[in-house]
Amino acid sequence: MYGLKKEWEIEAPARECTLEDYVGAEARWCPGCGDHAVLSTVQRLARDLQLPPEKTVVVSGIGCSSRFPHYMKTYGFHGLHGRALPVAEGVRSRRPDLDIFVVTGDGDCCAIGAGHWIHGIRYNMDLTILLLDNNVYGLTKNQTSPTSRVGEKSNTQPHGSFFAPLNPISVVLGIANASFVAQTVDWNPPHLYATIRAAHEHKGASFVRVLQRCPHFSSHVFAPVQEDFSQMLLMESERGVKLAEPIRGMFPRTLEHDPRDLSKARELADRTDVYPIGVFYKNDNASRYDTVTQQGLEITRAEKMAAINGMLDRFAVQGRN
Amino acid sequence: MSSGVASGTKPQIITEHVIEIISDSGEGAQTCGQMFADLCARNGNGIWTVEIIPAEIQPPARSRAGASGYRIRLGSKPLTNAGDYADLVIAFNEQVLYSRLDSKALHGGTLLFVDKSWAENPDPGIRRKYNEAVNEFRERGLVVTEVPIEQECRKFTDDPRKGKNMWVLGMLCATYDFDPSAVGAEIAKRFARKGEASVKQNQALFTDGYDWALENVALRFHVPPHESTTPMVVMNGNQALALGVMAAGIEVCSMYPITPATSASHFLASTIEQTGGIVHQAEDEIAAIGFAIGCSYAGKTAVTITSGPGLALKTEFLGYAVMAEVPLVIVVVQRGGPSTGLPTKIEQGDLFAALYASPGDVPKIVIAPATIEECFHFMITARKLAEDFRGPVMVLSDANLATGQKPFPRPELRESWLAPPVDQSPWNPEVPPFAWDKETGLSRRPIPGQRGGEYVITGLAHDEESHVAYDSQINQRSMEMRSRKLAVLRSALKPPKVYGDNTGDLLVVGWGSTLGAIEEAVDRLRAEGLKVSSVHLRFLSPMEPGLKEIFGRFHKVMTIEINYSDDVGQPYITEDSRRYSQLAQLLRAQTLVDIDCWSRVPGSPLPPGVIEEQLRQRLTRRES
Repeated sequence: MYGLKKEWEIEAPARECTLEDYVGAEARWCPGCGDHAVLSTVQRLARDLQLPPEKTVVVSGIGCSSRFPHYMKTYGFHGLHGRALPVAEGVRSRRPDLDIFVVTGDGDCCAIGAGHWIHGIRYNMDLTILLLDNNVYGLTKNQTSPTSRVGEKSNTQPHGSFFAPLNPISVVLGIANASFVAQTVDWNPPHLYATIRAAHEHKGASFVRVLQRCPHFSSHVFAPVQEDFSQMLLMESERGVKLAEPIRGMFPRTLEHDPRDLSKARELADRTDVYPIGVFYKNDNASRYDTVTQQGLEITRAEKMAAINGMLDRFAVQGRN
Repeated sequence: MSSGVASGTKPQIITEHVIEIISDSGEGAQTCGQMFADLCARNGNGIWTVEIIPAEIQPPARSRAGASGYRIRLGSKPLTNAGDYADLVIAFNEQVLYSRLDSKALHGGTLLFVDKSWAENPDPGIRRKYNEAVNEFRERGLVVTEVPIEQECRKFTDDPRKGKNMWVLGMLCATYDFDPSAVGAEIAKRFARKGEASVKQNQALFTDGYDWALENVALRFHVPPHESTTPMVVMNGNQALALGVMAAGIEVCSMYPITPATSASHFLASTIEQTGGIVHQAEDEIAAIGFAIGCSYAGKTAVTITSGPGLALKTEFLGYAVMAEVPLVIVVVQRGGPSTGLPTKIEQGDLFAALYASPGDVPKIVIAPATIEECFHFMITARKLAEDFRGPVMVLSDANLATGQKPFPRPELRESWLAPPVDQSPWNPEVPPFAWDKETGLSRRPIPGQRGGEYVITGLAHDEESHVAYDSQINQRSMEMRSRKLAVLRSALKPPKVYGDNTGDLLVVGWGSTLGAIEEAVDRLRAEGLKVSSVHLRFLSPMEPGLKEIFGRFHKVMTIEINYSDDVGQPYITEDSRRYSQLAQLLRAQTLVDIDCWSRVPGSPLPPGVIEEQLRQRLTRRES
C-alpha cells in the first residue's frame, strides 16, 4: 500500500457470514411446498462453505421454483421461462470467480427450456443446476408437465395425462458430456444437503433432480414415497453421497453404486419399481466449455490495441506488401 | 510473372466502369471479383462491390436463377454505391445472364464476354440454348464477344470449372490496364493451402488470361486512380463491424448461424482470440441472446449478431433487456422478409421489428450505419450507449453493407473505446439497483462481485430496489423512467445535415445503405438545376431532432426505402388505404408532415438511376 511498509499492512478482519447473510425476501411459496426445503438447504450450504454473497449468483427461469433468487440475499437473475441455462452460461463464460446456482422446474427445464437443457448439459460449464420437479405446473395453476405420470388429471388434460412421463435422469444420462447426475428428495434434508453439496463441489454442470411435493396440485404423487422409505433406493458411494447413521438407517434399501459406471447408472435411472436417490453418474474428466470461454481474460488493453491494429494492417490499401 | 506478349491496344481513359463477373455457383466468380476489387482498391481507385449470391450453396448448373458472382463499380473518385447498368460483363455461361437482364443490371451497350465452349458442347440442347441466347443478347443490344475461356483453361487443367476464375482475373487485369506483376503473389497467398502445384497452375491460368486479352480484346480501359493522402483500409461491412466489436472492447459475440449475418461472426471467430475474446455459437437464437445478456449482466457487455428471423426469436429476451435494463448490443444484418423471405438478398424491412417486436412498451436505442465505415464506428458508439443508457442498443445493418467492399480512412484506435474493466469496488448499500434519476431516468447498475450491491434482476415489474412490484404507481413510474432515457439521448443529438440546399422542392429522407445511391441521384438532378436535397438518418430511436423544421423548408418530403409499400393507383389502393414504407410511417407519426414514400423490394440495392427517375417523377407531378 502506498506510504506504508509492507509489514505494517493491516489485515481486514475475516468476514464470517451467518445464515442471515443469505436470507433474502420472505419466501412466498405455499406452506408445505418442497421449494422451502431446497432454499434453506442452499442457504445452509452457502453459509457452511462461506460463499461470499456478492460472488454468488442464483439464476432461474419462470415458475414457482424460479422465484428462488428473490429469497436469497446474493446476486440473482430471475429470467425468462425456460431460459435460465443460457443466461447462467453467459454469466459463467467470463466470470470464473463466481459461484453459480441454476434453479429450474419441470416445465421450465423439460418443456419450454428443453433445447437449452440438452446443450447446457453438453457444454458442462461449472454450474450447480437444481431441477425442482413436482410433476406439475403450479404457478399457472395445475397443468400437465412433461414429468406428470400417465393418467394424472390437470386443467389442460382433464381426462388424465396422455403420455408416458419424461424421465429427466435418463434424458441427462443420454446427453454427451454429462458429468454429474444426481437425484434427491425434498423430504429428507440430510440427503438433500449432501447431494447439493456434492453437486456444488463437482467442477462442471452438476445436474440434481429434486423430487418434491406440490401441496396444492401433486401432493399425492410423492406422499406415499415420503411415508414409505422402501420406495426409495439409497445409492451410496464414497465418490457420490454417503449418509451417516442414523439417517442412513431410515432407508431399508441401499445399493453401493460406483458413479463412474455409466451403463449401470442408466440401468438404475430406468427403474420404475423404486426411486433411486444419490449420485447416478460423475465424470471428472468431461471437457468443460468454461475453460474455453475464459481464455484471454488476462490480455491487456495494450495487447488488444496492438492486435486490432495488426488486423487493420491486413486491410490497408496503401503500404501493403 | 511476366507476359511475353505485345502491349495490346491502347487503353481508353475513363472515369468509371461497372463490371460484373457471373458464373454458376462454385466456379469461383466471387473469388475472382474480390481479388480484382482488392487490386483496384490497392491501386488507389474508388470501388463499391456487390456480391451476387443464389440462396442455395450449389444450384443446378446453367440455371437462369443460379447466377453467382460479383459486381464491382470501379472509379477514379471514391464511390458510394453499386451504380446503374453494368458496362462490362464476363460470363462463364450464357444462361446465368438472364437473371441479370431481368433485374436490369445489363442493358444495350453492355460489353459482354461469354464463354463460347458451350457452342461446341456434345449436348445438342446446350448448343442450341447457347446459340439462341447469344442471338437474343445481340438483338437486345449487348455487344457480345465470344471467348474461348474453357479451351484456354484446358491447357492447364482437366477441370476448367476450377480454373476459369483465375483466367478471367488475368483477362480483367489486361482489359483494365493493371500491372499484373503483383498478382502472382496474391494468387500464391490465396491458394497456398492447396499446395505448390495449385499455386503454379493458377498463376499460369492468370498469365494466359492476361496474354489472351492483350492480344484479343479490342477495347481496353484505364481508370486513373485518385491521390489519397490519408491511409485507407478496404473491407466489407461485416468485417468492419467485427473489427468495431473488438475496437469497442466487446469480449463476447454470442450468435447462431444466419445469413447474411454469419460472416461477421466467422471473421470474429478467426480473430477475436487475439483480443482476449470469444465467439459463442449457441444452440439457437434465443440462447444466443440469453448468453449475451448473462455475460452483460456479469459486467462484460456482449454482442449478439443476427438477421430478421433470428430477431423474431430473440424478442422476448430483447424485452427483458429493456425491462431489466441490461446493456447489450444487438446487430441485425437485415435480409429480405417476411418469414424466411430472401435469405441472401437486400432489404430494409426490419425497422419496425427492431422498434416494436416485443410485448409491451420497449423503448430502446436503434441506430443504422449508412456506410461500411460507419459499420465499424457504430459498434463503438453502440457499446457506449448501451452502458451509459443501461439497455439494449440495436444496430441495423443490411446485406448491401454486409457484403459490399469500399475503402475508407483507416480508423485511429483509441484506448478509450475499449470497455473499462469490470467494476468490482464495494457498492454503497444505500443506493438501490435502480436509483433512477428523477429527471433523466438514468441509473448505475451493481455488477456481481460488488459487495453491498446484491440484488435480483427480474423481468417482472419492479421498483427501485428491483423488488417485484405490481403496484400501479410504481409500474407507471418505471415505464416513464425507461422511456425518459430516450428523450435524454435525443436532447444530446444534433439535427441531421441536409445534403444539398436547405430549402427546395423535394427532400428525400433515407436510412441505412441507400445513402450513396440517394445522394448520387440528388447530385444528378441538382446538376440539371432541380431543387432536390436529402437527409439521411442514423438514429431511428430516438430520432434525430429538428426534422419537422427541416421538412417545413421543402414543398414535398418523401422517403426512399428498400421495404414494401403500396403504390397508389393499384386496385383498392388509395391515398387512404395505402400502407406506407416503414420510415415514412414513423416520420408521419412523429412530425405530422404529409410525407410520401417510394419503396421497392427487388432484393438488390436500388441503383441511383432508378431513384433519380422516381424523384424526377415526383418533381414533375408537383409542377403539373
